[in-house]
Amino acid sequence: MTSYDYYSIAYGALATVSLSLVSIVLGVPLGLGLALIRWSRLPVLNQLVIGYVSVIRTCPTVTLALLVFYALPVVGISLEPVPAGILTLTVSTAAFNTEIWRNALVNFPRDQYDAALTFGMRRGLRFRHIVLPHIIHTSLPALVNEMTLQVKATPAVAVIGIVEITRAAIRVGARTYEPLPPFVVALVLYSLIVFAFVTMQRTVERRYALAGAH
Amino acid sequence: MNGFSIVWQHRDMILIGFQNTLIIVAIGAAGSLLIGTLLTIPLMSGRRGFVMMATAYVDAMRCVPFLLFAYLLYFGLPSFGIQLDNWWAGVAALVLYHAGYMAELLRAAWSNLSKELIEAGHAFGFSGWGLFRRIILPPVMFSALPLIGNQLIQIVKDSAFLTVIAVAELTHEATSLQTTYFVPFASFVAAVILYWITCVTIESTVGYVNRFAEERR
Repeated sequence: MTSYDYYSIAYGALATVSLSLVSIVLGVPLGLGLALIRWSRLPVLNQLVIGYVSVIRTCPTVTLALLVFYALPVVGISLEPVPAGILTLTVSTAAFNTEIWRNALVNFPRDQYDAALTFGMRRGLRFRHIVLPHIIHTSLPALVNEMTLQVKATPAVAVIGIVEITRAAIRVGARTYEPLPPFVVALVLYSLIVFAFVTMQRTVERRYALAGAH
Repeated sequence: MNGFSIVWQHRDMILIGFQNTLIIVAIGAAGSLLIGTLLTIPLMSGRRGFVMMATAYVDAMRCVPFLLFAYLLYFGLPSFGIQLDNWWAGVAALVLYHAGYMAELLRAAWSNLSKELIEAGHAFGFSGWGLFRRIILPPVMFSALPLIGNQLIQIVKDSAFLTVIAVAELTHEATSLQTTYFVPFASFVAAVILYWITCVTIESTVGYVNRFAEERR
Protein backbone atom coordinates (compact mmCIF):
# COMPACT_ATOMS: atom_id res chain seq x y z
CA MET A 1 0.00 0.00 0.00
CA THR A 2 1.31 3.42 -0.96
CA SER A 3 0.81 6.54 1.11
CA TYR A 4 -1.81 7.61 -1.42
CA ASP A 5 -3.80 4.46 -0.58
CA TYR A 6 -3.74 5.32 3.12
CA TYR A 7 -4.80 8.85 2.21
CA SER A 8 -7.75 7.64 0.13
CA ILE A 9 -9.05 5.40 2.93
CA ALA A 10 -8.60 8.23 5.45
CA TYR A 11 -10.55 10.44 3.06
CA GLY A 12 -13.26 7.79 3.08
CA ALA A 13 -13.22 8.00 6.89
CA LEU A 14 -13.99 11.70 6.57
CA ALA A 15 -17.07 10.79 4.50
CA THR A 16 -18.11 8.14 7.05
CA VAL A 17 -17.77 10.55 9.98
CA SER A 18 -19.50 13.46 8.28
CA LEU A 19 -22.37 11.33 6.95
CA SER A 20 -22.87 9.82 10.42
CA LEU A 21 -22.69 13.20 12.14
CA VAL A 22 -25.09 14.93 9.74
CA SER A 23 -27.62 12.11 9.99
CA ILE A 24 -27.30 12.08 13.79
CA VAL A 25 -27.68 15.88 14.07
CA LEU A 26 -30.80 15.70 11.88
CA GLY A 27 -32.13 12.38 13.16
CA VAL A 28 -31.99 12.94 16.93
CA PRO A 29 -34.29 16.04 16.99
CA LEU A 30 -36.49 14.50 14.27
CA GLY A 31 -36.88 11.42 16.47
CA LEU A 32 -37.78 13.66 19.41
CA GLY A 33 -40.43 15.42 17.31
CA LEU A 34 -41.95 12.11 16.22
CA ALA A 35 -41.84 10.81 19.79
CA LEU A 36 -43.70 13.93 20.94
CA ILE A 37 -46.39 13.23 18.31
CA ARG A 38 -46.78 9.75 19.80
CA TRP A 39 -46.69 11.09 23.36
CA SER A 40 -49.41 13.67 22.72
CA ARG A 41 -51.43 11.04 20.75
CA LEU A 42 -52.27 13.40 17.89
CA PRO A 43 -54.91 11.64 15.79
CA VAL A 44 -53.85 10.36 12.32
CA LEU A 45 -50.25 11.61 12.79
CA ASN A 46 -49.86 9.14 15.66
CA GLN A 47 -50.83 6.21 13.42
CA LEU A 48 -48.55 7.47 10.67
CA VAL A 49 -45.59 7.60 13.06
CA ILE A 50 -46.36 4.07 14.32
CA GLY A 51 -46.34 2.80 10.71
CA TYR A 52 -43.19 4.73 9.85
CA VAL A 53 -41.25 3.38 12.83
CA SER A 54 -42.41 -0.20 12.26
CA VAL A 55 -41.51 -0.28 8.56
CA ILE A 56 -38.22 1.62 8.76
CA ARG A 57 -36.92 -0.29 11.78
CA THR A 58 -37.32 -3.55 9.87
CA CYS A 59 -36.09 -2.26 6.51
CA PRO A 60 -32.44 -3.01 5.67
CA THR A 61 -30.46 0.21 5.18
CA VAL A 62 -29.15 -1.01 1.81
CA THR A 63 -32.67 -1.53 0.51
CA LEU A 64 -33.72 1.86 1.86
CA ALA A 65 -30.73 3.53 0.15
CA LEU A 66 -31.62 1.89 -3.16
CA LEU A 67 -35.26 2.88 -2.73
CA VAL A 68 -34.37 6.52 -2.03
CA PHE A 69 -31.83 6.75 -4.83
CA TYR A 70 -33.67 4.89 -7.62
CA ALA A 71 -37.34 5.22 -6.71
CA LEU A 72 -37.69 8.85 -5.62
CA PRO A 73 -36.91 10.14 -9.17
CA VAL A 74 -40.06 8.27 -10.29
CA VAL A 75 -42.14 10.58 -8.12
CA GLY A 76 -40.17 13.59 -9.37
CA ILE A 77 -37.58 13.96 -6.59
CA SER A 78 -34.16 13.26 -8.00
CA LEU A 79 -31.28 13.41 -5.53
CA GLU A 80 -27.51 13.29 -5.92
CA PRO A 81 -25.83 10.35 -4.10
CA VAL A 82 -24.72 12.38 -1.07
CA PRO A 83 -28.10 13.98 -0.26
CA ALA A 84 -29.76 10.61 -0.96
CA GLY A 85 -27.32 8.96 1.45
CA ILE A 86 -27.96 11.57 4.12
CA LEU A 87 -31.73 11.21 3.65
CA THR A 88 -31.48 7.41 3.94
CA LEU A 89 -29.38 7.47 7.09
CA THR A 90 -31.49 10.22 8.71
CA VAL A 91 -34.80 8.47 7.98
CA SER A 92 -33.41 5.23 9.39
CA THR A 93 -31.79 6.61 12.56
CA ALA A 94 -34.82 8.83 13.29
CA ALA A 95 -37.04 5.74 13.51
CA PHE A 96 -34.79 4.18 16.15
CA ASN A 97 -34.43 7.50 18.00
CA THR A 98 -38.22 7.89 18.08
CA GLU A 99 -38.50 4.69 20.10
CA ILE A 100 -35.70 5.77 22.47
CA TRP A 101 -37.23 9.20 23.14
CA ARG A 102 -40.72 7.73 23.45
CA ASN A 103 -39.51 5.25 26.03
CA ALA A 104 -38.01 8.12 28.07
CA LEU A 105 -41.22 10.17 27.75
CA VAL A 106 -43.40 7.24 28.83
CA ASN A 107 -41.21 6.70 31.90
CA PHE A 108 -41.12 10.41 32.80
CA PRO A 109 -42.24 10.79 36.44
CA ARG A 110 -45.74 12.25 36.49
CA ASP A 111 -45.26 14.12 39.80
CA GLN A 112 -42.55 16.34 38.31
CA TYR A 113 -44.91 17.31 35.52
CA ASP A 114 -47.69 18.05 38.02
CA ALA A 115 -45.29 20.16 40.10
CA ALA A 116 -44.46 22.24 37.01
CA LEU A 117 -48.19 22.70 36.40
CA THR A 118 -48.64 23.84 40.02
CA PHE A 119 -45.97 26.48 39.52
CA GLY A 120 -47.98 27.79 36.58
CA MET A 121 -45.32 27.05 33.97
CA ARG A 122 -46.44 27.42 30.40
CA ARG A 123 -46.34 24.49 28.03
CA GLY A 124 -43.07 25.47 26.25
CA LEU A 125 -41.30 26.35 29.51
CA ARG A 126 -42.53 23.13 31.12
CA PHE A 127 -41.11 21.11 28.27
CA ARG A 128 -37.75 22.92 28.05
CA HIS A 129 -36.97 23.16 31.76
CA ILE A 130 -38.66 20.11 33.28
CA VAL A 131 -39.22 17.37 30.71
CA LEU A 132 -36.32 17.85 28.28
CA PRO A 133 -33.37 17.77 30.74
CA HIS A 134 -34.77 14.64 32.34
CA ILE A 135 -35.40 12.71 29.12
CA ILE A 136 -32.01 13.72 27.68
CA HIS A 137 -30.40 12.20 30.75
CA THR A 138 -32.33 8.93 30.57
CA SER A 139 -32.05 8.55 26.77
CA LEU A 140 -28.37 9.37 26.42
CA PRO A 141 -26.90 5.84 26.74
CA ALA A 142 -29.42 4.43 24.27
CA LEU A 143 -28.89 7.36 21.88
CA VAL A 144 -25.11 6.92 21.84
CA ASN A 145 -25.61 3.19 21.36
CA GLU A 146 -27.75 3.98 18.32
CA MET A 147 -25.04 6.42 17.10
CA THR A 148 -22.40 3.67 17.09
CA LEU A 149 -24.85 1.43 15.21
CA GLN A 150 -25.35 4.32 12.81
CA VAL A 151 -21.59 4.51 12.10
CA LYS A 152 -21.69 0.82 11.28
CA ALA A 153 -24.73 1.32 9.01
CA THR A 154 -23.01 3.94 6.82
CA PRO A 155 -21.40 1.36 4.44
CA ALA A 156 -24.96 0.78 3.16
CA VAL A 157 -24.79 4.03 1.18
CA ALA A 158 -21.76 2.70 -0.71
CA VAL A 159 -24.25 0.89 -2.98
CA ILE A 160 -25.40 4.23 -4.39
CA GLY A 161 -21.82 5.27 -5.15
CA ILE A 162 -20.65 7.19 -2.08
CA VAL A 163 -16.98 6.48 -1.36
CA GLU A 164 -16.73 5.95 2.39
CA ILE A 165 -14.24 3.80 4.33
CA THR A 166 -15.47 0.39 3.13
CA ARG A 167 -15.75 1.35 -0.53
CA ALA A 168 -12.38 3.15 -0.44
CA ALA A 169 -10.78 0.01 1.06
CA ILE A 170 -12.41 -2.17 -1.63
CA ARG A 171 -11.00 0.09 -4.34
CA VAL A 172 -7.47 -0.06 -2.92
CA GLY A 173 -7.74 -3.84 -2.58
CA ALA A 174 -8.99 -4.19 -6.16
CA ARG A 175 -6.09 -2.16 -7.48
CA THR A 176 -3.25 -3.71 -5.47
CA TYR A 177 -4.67 -7.29 -5.60
CA GLU A 178 -4.01 -7.45 -1.86
CA PRO A 179 -7.35 -7.00 -0.12
CA LEU A 180 -6.21 -7.67 3.44
CA PRO A 181 -4.05 -4.57 4.26
CA PRO A 182 -6.71 -1.99 3.26
CA PHE A 183 -9.35 -3.96 5.20
CA VAL A 184 -7.21 -3.90 8.31
CA VAL A 185 -6.75 -0.13 7.94
CA ALA A 186 -10.52 0.23 7.52
CA LEU A 187 -11.14 -1.92 10.59
CA VAL A 188 -8.81 0.24 12.70
CA LEU A 189 -10.52 3.43 11.48
CA TYR A 190 -14.00 2.09 12.32
CA SER A 191 -12.83 0.99 15.76
CA LEU A 192 -11.41 4.46 16.43
CA ILE A 193 -14.66 6.15 15.40
CA VAL A 194 -16.82 3.83 17.52
CA PHE A 195 -14.39 4.22 20.43
CA ALA A 196 -14.67 8.03 20.15
CA PHE A 197 -18.46 7.81 20.49
CA VAL A 198 -18.29 5.48 23.49
CA THR A 199 -15.71 7.73 25.21
CA MET A 200 -17.94 10.74 24.59
CA GLN A 201 -20.87 8.91 26.17
CA ARG A 202 -18.83 8.01 29.29
CA THR A 203 -17.60 11.61 29.67
CA VAL A 204 -21.08 13.07 29.35
CA GLU A 205 -22.49 10.49 31.76
CA ARG A 206 -19.81 11.27 34.34
CA ARG A 207 -20.56 14.99 34.08
CA TYR A 208 -24.26 14.29 34.51
CA ALA A 209 -23.53 12.12 37.54
CA LEU A 210 -21.44 14.93 39.09
CA ALA A 211 -24.14 17.49 38.35
CA GLY A 212 -26.71 15.19 39.94
CA ALA A 213 -24.60 14.79 43.09
CA HIS A 214 -24.52 18.52 43.86
CA MET B 1 -49.48 1.99 -10.83
CA ASN B 2 -48.09 0.20 -13.86
CA GLY B 3 -44.85 -0.74 -12.06
CA PHE B 4 -46.62 -2.94 -9.55
CA SER B 5 -48.30 -4.99 -12.28
CA ILE B 6 -44.86 -5.61 -13.87
CA VAL B 7 -43.53 -6.72 -10.48
CA TRP B 8 -46.57 -8.97 -10.09
CA GLN B 9 -45.91 -10.53 -13.51
CA HIS B 10 -42.35 -11.28 -12.48
CA ARG B 11 -43.19 -12.20 -8.91
CA ASP B 12 -41.29 -15.50 -9.26
CA MET B 13 -38.01 -13.49 -9.29
CA ILE B 14 -38.91 -11.62 -6.12
CA LEU B 15 -40.17 -14.81 -4.47
CA ILE B 16 -36.95 -16.70 -5.28
CA GLY B 17 -35.02 -13.82 -3.70
CA PHE B 18 -37.36 -13.88 -0.71
CA GLN B 19 -36.91 -17.64 -0.35
CA ASN B 20 -33.12 -17.25 -0.49
CA THR B 21 -33.27 -14.50 2.14
CA LEU B 22 -35.32 -16.78 4.39
CA ILE B 23 -32.88 -19.69 3.93
CA ILE B 24 -29.85 -17.45 4.56
CA VAL B 25 -31.50 -15.93 7.64
CA ALA B 26 -32.47 -19.36 8.99
CA ILE B 27 -28.93 -20.72 8.65
CA GLY B 28 -27.52 -17.43 9.97
CA ALA B 29 -29.81 -17.51 13.00
CA ALA B 30 -29.24 -21.18 13.88
CA GLY B 31 -25.48 -21.03 13.29
CA SER B 32 -24.87 -17.78 15.16
CA LEU B 33 -27.00 -18.93 18.10
CA LEU B 34 -25.09 -22.19 18.29
CA ILE B 35 -21.61 -20.64 18.06
CA GLY B 36 -22.68 -17.77 20.32
CA THR B 37 -23.85 -20.28 22.94
CA LEU B 38 -20.56 -22.17 22.76
CA LEU B 39 -18.64 -18.86 23.00
CA THR B 40 -20.32 -18.03 26.33
CA ILE B 41 -18.48 -20.97 27.92
CA PRO B 42 -14.98 -19.42 27.56
CA LEU B 43 -16.47 -15.97 28.28
CA MET B 44 -17.79 -17.16 31.66
CA SER B 45 -15.04 -19.70 32.41
CA GLY B 46 -13.09 -17.27 34.59
CA ARG B 47 -9.77 -18.42 33.14
CA ARG B 48 -7.93 -15.35 31.98
CA GLY B 49 -6.58 -16.68 28.69
CA PHE B 50 -9.95 -18.03 27.51
CA VAL B 51 -11.82 -14.94 28.67
CA MET B 52 -9.42 -12.61 26.88
CA MET B 53 -9.54 -14.53 23.60
CA ALA B 54 -13.32 -14.78 23.54
CA THR B 55 -13.71 -11.12 24.57
CA ALA B 56 -11.33 -10.06 21.79
CA TYR B 57 -13.47 -11.94 19.26
CA VAL B 58 -16.73 -10.44 20.53
CA ASP B 59 -15.29 -6.90 20.64
CA ALA B 60 -13.82 -7.23 17.15
CA MET B 61 -17.22 -8.23 15.75
CA ARG B 62 -18.88 -5.34 17.53
CA CYS B 63 -16.44 -2.85 15.97
CA VAL B 64 -16.60 -4.00 12.32
CA PRO B 65 -19.52 -3.03 10.13
CA PHE B 66 -21.12 -6.15 8.66
CA LEU B 67 -20.41 -5.13 5.05
CA LEU B 68 -16.69 -4.84 5.72
CA PHE B 69 -16.69 -8.23 7.42
CA ALA B 70 -18.50 -9.85 4.47
CA TYR B 71 -15.95 -8.35 2.08
CA LEU B 72 -13.17 -9.52 4.37
CA LEU B 73 -14.32 -13.14 4.16
CA TYR B 74 -15.10 -13.00 0.45
CA PHE B 75 -11.94 -11.26 -0.74
CA GLY B 76 -9.60 -11.90 2.18
CA LEU B 77 -9.91 -15.66 2.75
CA PRO B 78 -8.51 -16.63 -0.67
CA SER B 79 -5.23 -15.05 0.52
CA PHE B 80 -5.07 -17.89 3.05
CA GLY B 81 -5.96 -20.47 0.43
CA ILE B 82 -9.62 -20.82 1.48
CA GLN B 83 -11.91 -20.39 -1.51
CA LEU B 84 -15.60 -19.89 -0.72
CA ASP B 85 -18.22 -19.10 -3.33
CA ASN B 86 -20.23 -15.93 -2.73
CA TRP B 87 -23.19 -17.76 -1.18
CA TRP B 88 -21.15 -19.62 1.44
CA ALA B 89 -18.93 -16.61 2.09
CA GLY B 90 -22.07 -14.56 2.77
CA VAL B 91 -23.62 -17.19 5.04
CA ALA B 92 -20.33 -17.69 6.90
CA ALA B 93 -20.02 -13.92 7.41
CA LEU B 94 -23.57 -13.74 8.76
CA VAL B 95 -23.00 -16.66 11.17
CA LEU B 96 -19.58 -15.56 12.48
CA TYR B 97 -20.53 -11.88 12.78
CA HIS B 98 -23.75 -12.41 14.71
CA ALA B 99 -22.22 -15.17 16.85
CA GLY B 100 -20.25 -12.37 18.55
CA TYR B 101 -23.45 -10.46 19.35
CA MET B 102 -25.32 -13.59 20.46
CA ALA B 103 -22.42 -14.51 22.77
CA GLU B 104 -22.48 -11.05 24.34
CA LEU B 105 -26.19 -11.01 25.07
CA LEU B 106 -26.21 -14.60 26.35
CA ARG B 107 -23.23 -13.77 28.58
CA ALA B 108 -25.17 -10.84 30.05
CA ALA B 109 -28.14 -13.14 30.76
CA TRP B 110 -25.84 -15.76 32.31
CA SER B 111 -24.14 -13.29 34.63
CA ASN B 112 -27.59 -12.23 35.91
CA LEU B 113 -28.36 -15.84 36.80
CA SER B 114 -28.70 -16.44 40.53
CA LYS B 115 -25.77 -18.24 42.21
CA GLU B 116 -28.13 -20.49 44.16
CA LEU B 117 -29.36 -22.13 40.97
CA ILE B 118 -25.85 -23.17 39.94
CA GLU B 119 -24.98 -24.27 43.48
CA ALA B 120 -28.14 -26.37 43.59
CA GLY B 121 -27.03 -27.92 40.31
CA HIS B 122 -23.66 -28.74 41.88
CA ALA B 123 -25.43 -30.25 44.88
CA PHE B 124 -27.40 -32.54 42.58
CA GLY B 125 -24.15 -33.76 41.07
CA PHE B 126 -24.23 -31.78 37.85
CA SER B 127 -20.93 -30.56 36.53
CA GLY B 128 -19.25 -29.51 33.30
CA TRP B 129 -21.28 -29.97 30.14
CA GLY B 130 -24.30 -31.46 31.94
CA LEU B 131 -24.47 -28.46 34.27
CA PHE B 132 -24.27 -26.09 31.32
CA ARG B 133 -26.86 -27.84 29.20
CA ARG B 134 -29.41 -28.80 31.87
CA ILE B 135 -29.12 -26.09 34.51
CA ILE B 136 -27.58 -22.94 33.03
CA LEU B 137 -28.72 -22.87 29.41
CA PRO B 138 -32.55 -23.10 29.72
CA PRO B 139 -33.04 -20.04 32.01
CA VAL B 140 -30.36 -18.09 30.09
CA MET B 141 -32.16 -18.74 26.79
CA PHE B 142 -35.53 -17.77 28.22
CA SER B 143 -34.34 -14.54 29.80
CA ALA B 144 -32.33 -13.52 26.72
CA LEU B 145 -35.26 -14.26 24.40
CA PRO B 146 -36.38 -10.66 23.63
CA LEU B 147 -32.77 -9.69 22.86
CA ILE B 148 -32.32 -12.76 20.67
CA GLY B 149 -35.44 -11.63 18.80
CA ASN B 150 -33.89 -8.19 18.19
CA GLN B 151 -30.72 -9.86 16.95
CA LEU B 152 -32.73 -12.05 14.54
CA ILE B 153 -34.21 -8.90 13.02
CA GLN B 154 -30.68 -7.53 12.72
CA ILE B 155 -29.71 -10.72 10.86
CA VAL B 156 -32.59 -10.19 8.42
CA LYS B 157 -31.42 -6.62 7.83
CA ASP B 158 -27.75 -7.55 7.45
CA SER B 159 -28.60 -10.28 4.94
CA ALA B 160 -29.46 -7.45 2.51
CA PHE B 161 -25.80 -6.40 2.52
CA LEU B 162 -24.95 -9.68 0.79
CA THR B 163 -26.28 -8.16 -2.44
CA VAL B 164 -22.84 -6.50 -2.83
CA ILE B 165 -21.15 -9.89 -3.21
CA ALA B 166 -23.91 -10.95 -5.62
CA VAL B 167 -25.80 -13.38 -3.36
CA ALA B 168 -29.22 -13.76 -4.99
CA GLU B 169 -31.25 -12.59 -2.00
CA LEU B 170 -34.31 -10.32 -1.89
CA THR B 171 -32.59 -6.94 -2.37
CA HIS B 172 -30.43 -8.38 -5.14
CA GLU B 173 -33.46 -9.71 -7.01
CA ALA B 174 -35.31 -6.42 -6.52
CA THR B 175 -32.31 -4.58 -7.98
CA SER B 176 -32.09 -6.85 -11.00
CA LEU B 177 -35.85 -6.54 -11.57
CA GLN B 178 -35.58 -2.76 -11.47
CA THR B 179 -32.60 -2.65 -13.86
CA THR B 180 -34.30 -5.01 -16.36
CA TYR B 181 -37.77 -3.46 -16.48
CA PHE B 182 -37.06 -0.05 -14.90
CA VAL B 183 -39.62 -0.37 -12.12
CA PRO B 184 -37.54 1.02 -9.23
CA PHE B 185 -40.42 2.16 -7.04
CA ALA B 186 -42.55 -0.96 -7.24
CA SER B 187 -39.70 -3.47 -6.94
CA PHE B 188 -38.06 -1.89 -3.89
CA VAL B 189 -41.40 -1.24 -2.18
CA ALA B 190 -42.23 -4.92 -2.73
CA ALA B 191 -38.89 -5.86 -1.13
CA VAL B 192 -39.46 -3.51 1.83
CA ILE B 193 -42.93 -5.00 2.41
CA LEU B 194 -41.53 -8.55 2.38
CA TYR B 195 -38.79 -7.56 4.85
CA TRP B 196 -41.42 -5.96 7.04
CA ILE B 197 -43.60 -9.10 6.98
CA THR B 198 -40.57 -11.24 7.91
CA CYS B 199 -39.61 -9.04 10.85
CA VAL B 200 -43.16 -8.67 12.14
CA THR B 201 -43.50 -12.47 12.02
CA ILE B 202 -40.25 -12.85 14.00
CA GLU B 203 -41.39 -10.23 16.53
CA SER B 204 -44.76 -11.85 17.13
CA THR B 205 -43.28 -15.36 17.32
CA VAL B 206 -40.74 -14.19 19.90
CA GLY B 207 -43.55 -12.47 21.79
CA TYR B 208 -45.57 -15.69 21.77
CA VAL B 209 -42.66 -17.87 22.97
CA ASN B 210 -41.88 -15.24 25.60
CA ARG B 211 -45.38 -15.50 27.05
CA PHE B 212 -44.90 -19.26 27.25
CA ALA B 213 -41.57 -18.66 29.04
CA GLU B 214 -43.22 -16.26 31.50
CA GLU B 215 -45.81 -18.92 32.36
CA ARG B 216 -43.13 -21.50 33.07
CA ARG B 217 -41.16 -19.18 35.34
